[in-house]
Amino acid sequence: MRDARGDIRRPIGLRLWLSGGWLTLLALGALFTPWIAPKDPLMQDLFLGRMPPFWVQGAEPGYLLGTDSLGRDVLSRILYGTRLALIVALVAGTLTCVIGATLGLIAGYYRGWPDRIISRFVDIWMAFPPVLFAILLIAVLGPGLISIIIAIVVIDWTRFARVIRAEAMTQGAMDYVASAQVAGRTRFGTMLTEILPNVLPTIVALLTLEMGIAVIVEAILSFVNLSISTDSPTWGGMIAEGRTSVHQAWWVLVFPLITLFLTVLSFSQLGEGLKDRFDPVLR
Amino acid sequence: MTLLRNILIRLLTTLVTLIGVAVIVFVVIRVVPGNPIAMMLPPGATEADIARLQTQYGFDKSIFEQFVIWLGGVMQGDFGTSISLRQPVAGLVLGRLPATLELSIFALSIAIVIGGTMALLGTRYRDTKTEGAVDISAGMALSIPDFLWGLVLILLFGVLWPVFHISGRISPALNIDFNTNFYFFEALVRLRFDVLADLIGHMFMPALALAIPLAAIIAQLLKQSLKETMHLDYVTLARTKGYGENHVITREALPNAILPTLTLVGVQFTFLIGGTVIIERLFSYEGLGNMAIDAVINRDLPLIQGIVILFALLFTIVNLVVDMLYVVLNPRLRHA
Amino acid sequence: MSGYLIIRNLTVRLRSGPVILRSVSLNVAAGQVHGLVGESGAGKSMIGKAVLGTLPRALQITGGEIWLDGVDLLSLSAAERRRRIGATAALIPQDPLTALNPSKRIGPQITRRLIDILGWTKQAAEARALELLDEVQIPNAARVMRSYPHELSGGMRQRILIASAFAAEPKLIIADEPTTALDVTVQKQILRLIAQMQARHGTALLFVTHDLGVVSKVCDTLSVLYAGKVVEEARMQRFFMRPIHSYSRALLSATPSYEDPLGSLTPVSDTVIEEVEAEVRWHDARAGT
Repeated sequence: MRDARGDIRRPIGLRLWLSGGWLTLLALGALFTPWIAPKDPLMQDLFLGRMPPFWVQGAEPGYLLGTDSLGRDVLSRILYGTRLALIVALVAGTLTCVIGATLGLIAGYYRGWPDRIISRFVDIWMAFPPVLFAILLIAVLGPGLISIIIAIVVIDWTRFARVIRAEAMTQGAMDYVASAQVAGRTRFGTMLTEILPNVLPTIVALLTLEMGIAVIVEAILSFVNLSISTDSPTWGGMIAEGRTSVHQAWWVLVFPLITLFLTVLSFSQLGEGLKDRFDPVLR
Repeated sequence: MTLLRNILIRLLTTLVTLIGVAVIVFVVIRVVPGNPIAMMLPPGATEADIARLQTQYGFDKSIFEQFVIWLGGVMQGDFGTSISLRQPVAGLVLGRLPATLELSIFALSIAIVIGGTMALLGTRYRDTKTEGAVDISAGMALSIPDFLWGLVLILLFGVLWPVFHISGRISPALNIDFNTNFYFFEALVRLRFDVLADLIGHMFMPALALAIPLAAIIAQLLKQSLKETMHLDYVTLARTKGYGENHVITREALPNAILPTLTLVGVQFTFLIGGTVIIERLFSYEGLGNMAIDAVINRDLPLIQGIVILFALLFTIVNLVVDMLYVVLNPRLRHA
Repeated sequence: MSGYLIIRNLTVRLRSGPVILRSVSLNVAAGQVHGLVGESGAGKSMIGKAVLGTLPRALQITGGEIWLDGVDLLSLSAAERRRRIGATAALIPQDPLTALNPSKRIGPQITRRLIDILGWTKQAAEARALELLDEVQIPNAARVMRSYPHELSGGMRQRILIASAFAAEPKLIIADEPTTALDVTVQKQILRLIAQMQARHGTALLFVTHDLGVVSKVCDTLSVLYAGKVVEEARMQRFFMRPIHSYSRALLSATPSYEDPLGSLTPVSDTVIEEVEAEVRWHDARAGT
């Protein structure tokens, strides 16, 4: 039995390391963008439009991944886009997590009327398809970074609330919680010291998944030009531009797409991997 | 008798849900701070422009009055007038609906074929490398959203190996006048196979992008449910009767394994329809979703309102159909 | 010894190593009822499964022979084996509630195999099914054929499964604890029905059970299985009068001590004597008819 388990475990470990490695690389890139980006991401040079990446014939030295139709450096734009993507992932992910997990914890542990109210809201939310919700919210709030973050939080808090509520309910039924209360702890104290640490792994796994979702939502909204203003580089914006000129200059689409693809994949693999790691029962 | 009553109750709750959605959409658009007219107008509009439009669209009345007027219009099929396109919303939206419906149903069919095949293969060759391959590919397919699959498909089959169209719904050069907007259906009925091939050539990429995540879900759920069913006594009994593995899986296990999958596929299909919004944009497919994004960019509130309500209607219909299918396929409920 | 079903030195292991059946041999003569008795976990159900080719995937046959109607099943290819079993043997399963496909009507569940595997016409198969349902005393057979399993009681379903098992006139039927899942009141009727059907059709029957009382009512011969081994094989009367193996004696006593079969043996209790007497009466009655 142990051998079989080991076989399952190893690829998970590899998956975790690869995803973690890519995300670390990305985070470092975002932190040090101004120092490592070879060019100004906004600098246009119409004489250097649609230059191919360095290994293709006719490449312009200094532009590693080529240029777009306006002669802007693709690599530098990806790096600056990374900053935005990771900011959205962190801020939107964390806010969604804090709000959703808090409500889920309260609903699952306190039960009674708080649970009834929160669960009702979750049900209503679930009935409302997320894409429509996003359209409506962006239409009302207007495009922009803040709108994107608000939209993600408003739409996705239920994902945390649902799972954490269920977890808190299971934990709340355990003997050690009862004994903590018998020992004279307050309900709120018990929630923080007994329940929270036990649902924390799930929260972390969900948060990782949520960050991946935030990245993709940001990319989609900037793809349709509803994200931040058009001149700041975004992955989605670059993809939109690359999409229109894909037959003339594939690299404008391919490089931001690969970056986005790997990032989304890494977040979800990391999240799934953490979920498996923390929850032996689920396996 | 009970069945009929259940259906009636379902229809009523559906109606209530729809009214709820209408109210929410209506209120959200108007309650949020900021003048809705100002949101509609391009920057640089004068005060007089705003005032004129406010009276024209009835924004000077109270929200409740506005809702009553709007609902009265809706009852007569009047969803207002689009600001950016200056045409009645109902006509615009219904004109685009067939394109989106055809795309969604085509995508659903692809998802069922791919996902079903994967589930059956994984069950037939369970505990082998084949099942492992099914699990891994389904896991991969699920961790990437349809938007990214769409882009990958554009690169693979639009650029590297250009076998499919990657934008539009139909080649403009085709010599055909359609009487309806159900191009696919109409081409099928009129036996215009050249047109059909062209339509499929356009629809295949966006439909596949939409189908991949759903196919993965079907593969996972159906395989799990099939594998559970394979241990049951009636399956064992069928084996002793001399039936082979293939027969046992498709005839004995499958009819029973489909039921638990069906409900979840229904929910996932509504997500797929939601996904058409961005996928249609990506493939320049002239459907409802593409129109929705234009409406948001142009801040065309009446149009957004109409589209959102139509989508909500679609979702509730899908759920209703799934519920009824469940009853039809489950002999226990059929006679209850 | 000759028999319709002959198992020789059958060994079944978990793929991970442990032995489930060690060198089991048994013999079911044509037209005879052979009981296979043992506590749960002794591996008795696995013998039936090994014969029918429905062993769980975790198990594998590592040695021995299974001769059915003069053919060694283990020497055949999987497909040939399946066809042979389908044509010559049948199973009466343990739990009637789960042994009928919930999404199919009763009729096809009896007739399909006659049509698919044995090449009967639909009319012939349906006529046969109706006849058998009558034979297992199901009222309104035509209506039952159109019903779904959930519309019928557990006893009804077990009757249907019995009818279905006899449908193709198999030469061997394996009954795997066929009454365990039923109400006590229904148990007796079903047991009597199986015995009647067996006598009428002259089928060899391998009757797997943990219940000696049940065995005493229906079997001609029996094997006692203990920890994957046959510890005693005997004719019915001899077994109940003079069990040879200590485990058999322990099994026969009202409260068998499984942990230590050699230890304190309680004398054979009144109930067992009653059952033996009942069994003798039953055999006499059967001989008389």
